Amino acid sequence: SSAAMAALRGRPLRAPLGARLRAGPRAPLRSAASAPPLYDVVVSGGGMVGSAMAAVLGHDIHFYDKKIALLEAGPRKDYDHLPDSYSNRVSSISPGSATLLSSCGAWDHVCSLRLKPFRRMQVWDACSEAMIVFEKDDLDDMGYIVENDVIMSALTKQLDAVADRVEVFYGSKAVGYTWPLPSHGCDTSPWVQVELADGRRLQTKLLIGADGHNSVVRKEAEIQNIEHQYDQSAVVATLHLSEATDNNVAWQRFLPTGPIALLPLSDTASSLVWSTSHNHASELLAMDEESFVDSINSAFWSNINHSDFIDAAGAMFRSAISLLRPSGSAVRQLPPSVARVDPESRAMFPLGMGHATEYVQHRVALIGDAAHRVHPLAGQGVNLGFGDIACLAHHLSAAAFNGSDLGSLKHLLRFETERQRHNVSLIAATDVLKRLYSTTLAPLVLLRTWGLQATNALPPVKVRSHFSE
Amino acid sequence: MWGGGAARALTRALRRRRAAAALPGAAGDDHADLSFQTGLRSILQDCNRKRQLKSSGTLPVSLTEMKSNMFTVKRPFSTSHSSVDSKEMKKFQLLAHKWWDEEGEYAALHSMNDIRVPFIRDTLLSMSSNYHLGNPLSGIRILDVGCGGGLLSEPLGRLGASVTGIDPVEDNIRTADRHKSFDPVLAKRIQYKSSSLEEIVEESMETFDVIVASEVVEHVADLEMFIKCCSQVLKPDGSLFITTINKTQLSYVLGIVVAEKIMGIVPEGTHDWEKFVPPEELEHLLESNGFSVKTVSGMLYNPLSGSWSWTENTSLNYAVHAVKAGAPSHATDTPPETDTQQRSATAGTAGTAPEGPV
Repeated sequence: SSAAMAALRGRPLRAPLGARLRAGPRAPLRSAASAPPLYDVVVSGGGMVGSAMAAVLGHDIHFYDKKIALLEAGPRKDYDHLPDSYSNRVSSISPGSATLLSSCGAWDHVCSLRLKPFRRMQVWDACSEAMIVFEKDDLDDMGYIVENDVIMSALTKQLDAVADRVEVFYGSKAVGYTWPLPSHGCDTSPWVQVELADGRRLQTKLLIGADGHNSVVRKEAEIQNIEHQYDQSAVVATLHLSEATDNNVAWQRFLPTGPIALLPLSDTASSLVWSTSHNHASELLAMDEESFVDSINSAFWSNINHSDFIDAAGAMFRSAISLLRPSGSAVRQLPPSVARVDPESRAMFPLGMGHATEYVQHRVALIGDAAHRVHPLAGQGVNLGFGDIACLAHHLSAAAFNGSDLGSLKHLLRFETERQRHNVSLIAATDVLKRLYSTTLAPLVLLRTWGLQATNALPPVKVRSHFSE
Repeated sequence: MWGGGAARALTRALRRRRAAAALPGAAGDDHADLSFQTGLRSILQDCNRKRQLKSSGTLPVSLTEMKSNMFTVKRPFSTSHSSVDSKEMKKFQLLAHKWWDEEGEYAALHSMNDIRVPFIRDTLLSMSSNYHLGNPLSGIRILDVGCGGGLLSEPLGRLGASVTGIDPVEDNIRTADRHKSFDPVLAKRIQYKSSSLEEIVEESMETFDVIVASEVVEHVADLEMFIKCCSQVLKPDGSLFITTINKTQLSYVLGIVVAEKIMGIVPEGTHDWEKFVPPEELEHLLESNGFSVKTVSGMLYNPLSGSWSWTENTSLNYAVHAVKAGAPSHATDTPPETDTQQRSATAGTAGTAPEGPV
C-alpha cells in the first residue's frame, strides 16, 4: 500500500524542482499601456470551494491591499430567495469546515438560513449485523447537513462584503492560460496570462484552480491526474419521513451494490444519497414515486443479504469483544422509514475517484475537486476542499506578511506537502472501503464485519477517523 | 520530507558547482580566458596575495575603467577612500544575471528572506505606533545598501516601504530594475541606483528611516567609513540592520571550505575570511559612531532543508539591529550598552505565521 500511496502522490522523492517550472507557451512582453490588468490572485471556478477561497483571502488582513479575482463561467444566481422545499444537493460539513466558513463570516449566514446538525452517525453492513457508530463523547455536533445552495448564498454575501478587494467575473469562462518561464533572466512577462471566452485578458501572480474534477487549469498545466471511474452513479432525492423525529443521526448502510445514506435535513425531511450501479440508478429515477420509496425502505430494512454463517461469526466476535470491553458496542438505533419523495427532486450523477500527482507548480495551485475527487461514502468531498483552503490561505497569508512573491513555489510546496499527506491517506482509505464493501464474498464480508466490530469497540481509532477534522 | 529536501539540496549544490566550474568565457585576451576557465578560484588566490600587501583603499570606481582593468592582476594603490572594494565588485559582476533564480547560486540568500524580512518587519512594527492594514511598513523610507538584484528590496517594498536600493555593480542594478518593472506597485515603491554609499551621502543627509546592509559589510573595504556614512544618511533614532558573518575558525571551516568549496552553497570566492567581522568589533564600531546596539542574534543555515533559523550562537552568521542616537537635545541618561543582548521577544521565531483569521 505504500507503493500505491507513492504512486498516488505521483512525484518521486528526487524529482528535480526544475521540472516544476514549466516551459510552456511564453507570455509575450506587452508595453505598459496595453498590459492586461494584473491581479495578485485569480481563482478559477466559482463553486463552493472557489468562492470560499476568494472569500477567505478577501477577509484576510494581510490581503487588505491586494487584488483578487474570481472567475465563474455561470451567471450570477439569485440566492436571496431560497425556496421552501429543500434542494437535492446537500453536503455534510465537518466542524473544521464550519470554522473556516465562520472565519470569513459566512457561517453566520448559513445558520440564519437553514442547516441541520447531527450528533451521531450509524454505519452498518447489509450482509451482517456489524455496525459502527460515530459520536462525540460530549454529544457535541459531529457535523452539519447543509444544502449547497445555502452555502453558496452565504459565500456570495461575504464576497459582496469585500467587493473592493475581490472582483467576481460572472459569465466568464477561462479558455486559455499562458504560463511564465521561471523568473530569472527573461524579458517576457513573469505572470500567468488568463484569456477569457469573450477575449478579455487578465494577468495574475498566482492562479488557483478550483474548477472541479475536469479542471482546465490542471489540464493546461499538464499536471498528471490519476483517475478512475467507478461503475456507480449517485442518486439524490429529498425524502419525507413517515413520522417526525429528532432526526439528528446520519444513516449509512453498505449494500452490495453500494452505500445508501440518509442525511437529516429537518425533523421531517432527509436527503438521500444512494450510490449504486448505473443501471439501477436509471431504474430508480424512472420508477414511480411509490416504488422508489419502497426501494429505499427495503434497502435500509431488509436482511436479504444476510447469511447464517456470517451472522453466527459476527455474533461470536461480538461476544468476544464484550468480554474484553463490556461497554464496547453502542446501542443500535433504527433508521427512520420514508413515506414519500419530493417530486422532481430525483437526480443522478456519475461517480469517480481522482488525485492530481501535483497540487502546485510555479504560480499555480489546485484545490478542491480539481486536486482530488472522492467517493461520497465518507461524506468528505467538500470538507477536503475546505481543508485545502484553510491550509493554502494560511501559507499565502504568511507569505503576504513576509512580503514574498505570492506565486513562489517555496510556500506553495509547503501547502502541497501538508495537504497531500492528509488527503492521500483519506482518499486511499475511502477507495479501499468502497471496494471492500462492494462484494458479497464471504471471506471479505467476514473481514469487514470483524473489522467494523473491532473498530466500533476501539475508541481511539473511531475518534481519529474522519469526523475529527 | 527530509529525504526530498536533502536530495534536492544536494542536486542543487552539485549543479551549481558544475556551473561554476564551467563559467562562460568572455570576450577578451587569453589572459582573460585563462582567468575565467580556472573560475573564481583564481580571484580567491589573488585575494590571498593581495592580503599581504595590505592596501587600505581601492581604485576610484569608474565602471568603464574597471571593466577594462578587470583582468589585470596588479592594481595601483588608490589615493581616495571608498568603502567599495573593486575586487568584490568583480565577483558579483560575473553573477549579475543569476540573482532571481531561486534554486541557483543565490538560493541561500532567497531563503534568508524568510528570517531577515520578519526580523526587520517586527522590529520596526514594535517601534512604531501606527499599523496600516496590509502595509505594515507603509510610510517608512528604507535604504538597502548593496541591494544586488533586489532580493531584499522587493519584499520590503511589498510590505509598503519606500525603498532605495544602491549597489556599485551596474549590472546588478539593471537586473533589479528589470525584475521590478513588471509589478506596477513595486516599480513605484522601489528606486534603484548604481552607486556606492559615499556617493549618495551629500544628497541624502538624514533622509532615511532605516538602513539595511545585509550580507554587505563582509565585502566593504573600510568598515568604519561605511558606518559613518550610514550614520550620516540615517535620521536620528533611525534603525540600522546588518547581517554578516563572524570571523572564527568555525566560519572558515563551514563558511568558506564547506559552503564554497565542498557544497557549493555560495559561489566559490564570494567570501574572503579576512574581511569577516566579529560581532564585538562591529558593536564597538557602531557604538563609537553614534549608534546604540539593540539586538545581536545568531543565524544558522541548514543546507539539507535550505532554510535559515535563529540561534543563540553567533560564531557563523549573525544579525544586528542598532539605533542611531536621537537629536542632540535628547541626551540619553544611560551609558551605551555594550553587552550582547538576545533578540527581542517581539521579533518572533523564523517564519512565524501571523495571527490572522484563517
